Amino acid sequence: MTRPGPHSRIRPAGTIQAVAFVAVVAVLPLVTGQHWLVSLLVFTVMYAGLASAWNLLGGYAGYPALGHGAFFGVGAYAMAIGTSHLGVGGGYRPFVLIVPIAVGTALVVLPIARLLLRTRAAAFAVLSITLMFMVQTLAYNIRSLTGGSSGLIVPLAPFPAATFERPFYYAMAALLALTLAVCWVVRTSKLGLALNAVRDDEDRARGLGVQTELVKLVAFAVSAGLTAAFGAVWAYYISFLYPGFAIDPLLALGAILMAFLGGRRTLWGPVVGAALIGPAQQYFAYRFGASQLYLVAYAALFLLVIYLLPEGIVPSLARRLRRLRRASPAAATHDQVATDSIFSAGDLG
Amino acid sequence: MGALIGPNGSGKTTAFNVITGYQAADAGGLAFRGRAVRRPDPCRLQRLGLARTFQQPRVFPGLSALENVVLGRNQPWHALLRDRVPGPDRRRAEELLDEFGLAAHAHMPAGRLSYGQRKLLEFAGVLMAEPVLVLLDEPTAGVNPIMVKTMEDHIRRRHAQGVTFLIVAHEMQFVMSLCDPVIVLDHGRRIACGAPGEVQKDPRVLDAYLGD
Amino acid sequence: MHLFVQATIVGILFGGVYALIASGQAIIFGVTRTVNFAQAIFTILCAYLSYTLFTDFGIDPFLSILVLVPAMFAFGIGIYVLLLRRLSRSGAELGLLVLYGLGIGIQGVLDFVYKTNTQVITPSYANNSWTVAGYQIPEVRFFAFLLAVAVLGTLQLIRQRTKLGRALRATTQNPVASRLLGVDVERISAIGMGLGVAAAGAAGGVFGMILPFNGNTQYDLLSKLLSIAVLGGLLSMPGTIVAAVILGVVESVVAATISPDWSAFSFLVVLFAVLIIRPQGLFGRRLRGAL
Repeated sequence: MTRPGPHSRIRPAGTIQAVAFVAVVAVLPLVTGQHWLVSLLVFTVMYAGLASAWNLLGGYAGYPALGHGAFFGVGAYAMAIGTSHLGVGGGYRPFVLIVPIAVGTALVVLPIARLLLRTRAAAFAVLSITLMFMVQTLAYNIRSLTGGSSGLIVPLAPFPAATFERPFYYAMAALLALTLAVCWVVRTSKLGLALNAVRDDEDRARGLGVQTELVKLVAFAVSAGLTAAFGAVWAYYISFLYPGFAIDPLLALGAILMAFLGGRRTLWGPVVGAALIGPAQQYFAYRFGASQLYLVAYAALFLLVIYLLPEGIVPSLARRLRRLRRASPAAATHDQVATDSIFSAGDLG
Repeated sequence: MGALIGPNGSGKTTAFNVITGYQAADAGGLAFRGRAVRRPDPCRLQRLGLARTFQQPRVFPGLSALENVVLGRNQPWHALLRDRVPGPDRRRAEELLDEFGLAAHAHMPAGRLSYGQRKLLEFAGVLMAEPVLVLLDEPTAGVNPIMVKTMEDHIRRRHAQGVTFLIVAHEMQFVMSLCDPVIVLDHGRRIACGAPGEVQKDPRVLDAYLGD
Repeated sequence: MHLFVQATIVGILFGGVYALIASGQAIIFGVTRTVNFAQAIFTILCAYLSYTLFTDFGIDPFLSILVLVPAMFAFGIGIYVLLLRRLSRSGAELGLLVLYGLGIGIQGVLDFVYKTNTQVITPSYANNSWTVAGYQIPEVRFFAFLLAVAVLGTLQLIRQRTKLGRALRATTQNPVASRLLGVDVERISAIGMGLGVAAAGAAGGVFGMILPFNGNTQYDLLSKLLSIAVLGGLLSMPGTIVAAVILGVVESVVAATISPDWSAFSFLVVLFAVLIIRPQGLFGRRLRGAL
């Protein structure tokens, strides 16, 4: 939704938020020396990015994409295969591969997206999951390329052990910043308006002349490309790929959970969701051995979020803040509604 | 300013659907502005200048009233990354909202508007693209009498500016005072077409409405 | 050629089992407008329960159905009442996610209780087969097919000949009109869900006899069920059954003639191929709406 008041696209409040965010993110890994903590940060930042990337298609456009694990896995395997041919050089060479992997995935996805986007709702969800299973099967079966079920090793990065995680953290953080920037551009542009219209009433949008096919395709491709980029960094980080692991049905579920929790219609929602769930997820994984009860805990959390917070934290908090502001006399003279809250970056758009 | 009337089930909304491409036709052809339209498609027709509203007003509940109206303005693909609500569009939309008395609700999500307000909003939205022909499906159904008068005024005003209308309506007074020609459908066939006075007296029309 | 026909026979027999599970899913979709993403794990759950009843109590899987079906019926009703009913206001789209999440939770429990080694139920007749006209007919699959036919037949009788069935069909077609005509839509929906889950339950035991399974098998089965659902049209019973048998045959033939690794993949390829031509599947109608 557009904000009332000043009409320029870049708001001073928004710029402050962005700068603050970048500063915090940049400093975080330097604060602690504990490896498990920095690793946690790496994953949390990654989830924030994945949730935001998913949200482009799932939140803004409202298409229930359950198969994003496929793109993540493609990015991961592409990185593995790429580094096995090109080597890791000084350690930073593989990061260069991220760009062609992301762009390549987005382009390759276009014809597939064209097909998938002909369906909606349940059928679309089914097809996106089907796509994911197909990619997984390919990863298992084309052994010459992917090592099949024996897995594929990614050459280990030659970074110093004490600060091993840092380059990966900054790579993830850079990708997160990029993803958020993309989300922001989309939200504040006609593309975002069109996507939201598609979410609300696609047929009517078409009837009004909105280019629904084009905007859906763009959202899908960009979402897929960004997801693949995260997969690529992840592959380099953990050094070992296995089809069931790299192409994971739980990935989309996690992204959905975080986007729902934080608020699917907002910019910062998925980030907030990831900040809350990411560490919880990692904790569950270490505590419950990455299987069995981990799934149970996860499912329970998922169901809780869906039932108790269908709109998400960010919009609910935004509304509360607005009510507080309206109570104050200063707010009465102002046309604007809660401009300066970090949570108000477009609550319904 | 034409009217399309007929007893329930005569096929008025279906006719609209077929014309605008929401339903496929079994037979016959369609021509708009002198050119044949072989496979009507709502999107393409809209770009040619044809617009329609629905019996149950279709607005975008998650978007603000302002955005609902702005959406009507078509954009070329290369403008997609520009401002969500660009200046000139915003001003024009605000004018339209003002004209329809919705200015106070410009930033309210359309889902929270009342039924009558949504009907007005839908109408405002289609006008944004400056269409040549507007198909209105029951613009006054379910709306209070004051609103009926408001609608009538808006339609007259636009008509004076050169927009052609085809209205499906049930209120005879509204139709007869506003429209000419009046086309009457019954069971999917056109049984009469002419000035309101003639049609009112046509025995076939009376039969269709009062018979069985 | 012989191989081809042999594979087709086996495929048809197992297709019956798929048809049973998928029909349950179709019934559930009819009353809740939600694709049951947990249908596969329900089947696996019953496979495990059947396994336990067999190994610990010596009850034949075909017999344990008598216990499992009512239990799953109640379970299905419980799920509807506790989880899905309150969602009908905010949108059935969320139901999809809820069932998916539930399925994962159940998998977690199963993984915890039974560990993740694959199991298979092996009664004494597990490897018997008859030879008819030169082709092998595995006993278990044959009886599984008969079971599927029996249960599907019963379901069809219920739907066509009973008052409950009429109410079920009415609710599926038009819940609002049904309510106005005096149908207790909530109750019927719960029963519909119960029937759908019970169908999965009936198939669980035989599924466990034919295929080795563990918690993770649910994804494989789920992808097949989803393919069948979309291919057959989510609301069409005959469509679902036909799609299930077709895909059973495709899977079997591919496994026999090319390689078992690609058999599940072939399911998905067929699905994609069909959807290129008809986005609504073979028998379905176009769906609307987003999340």
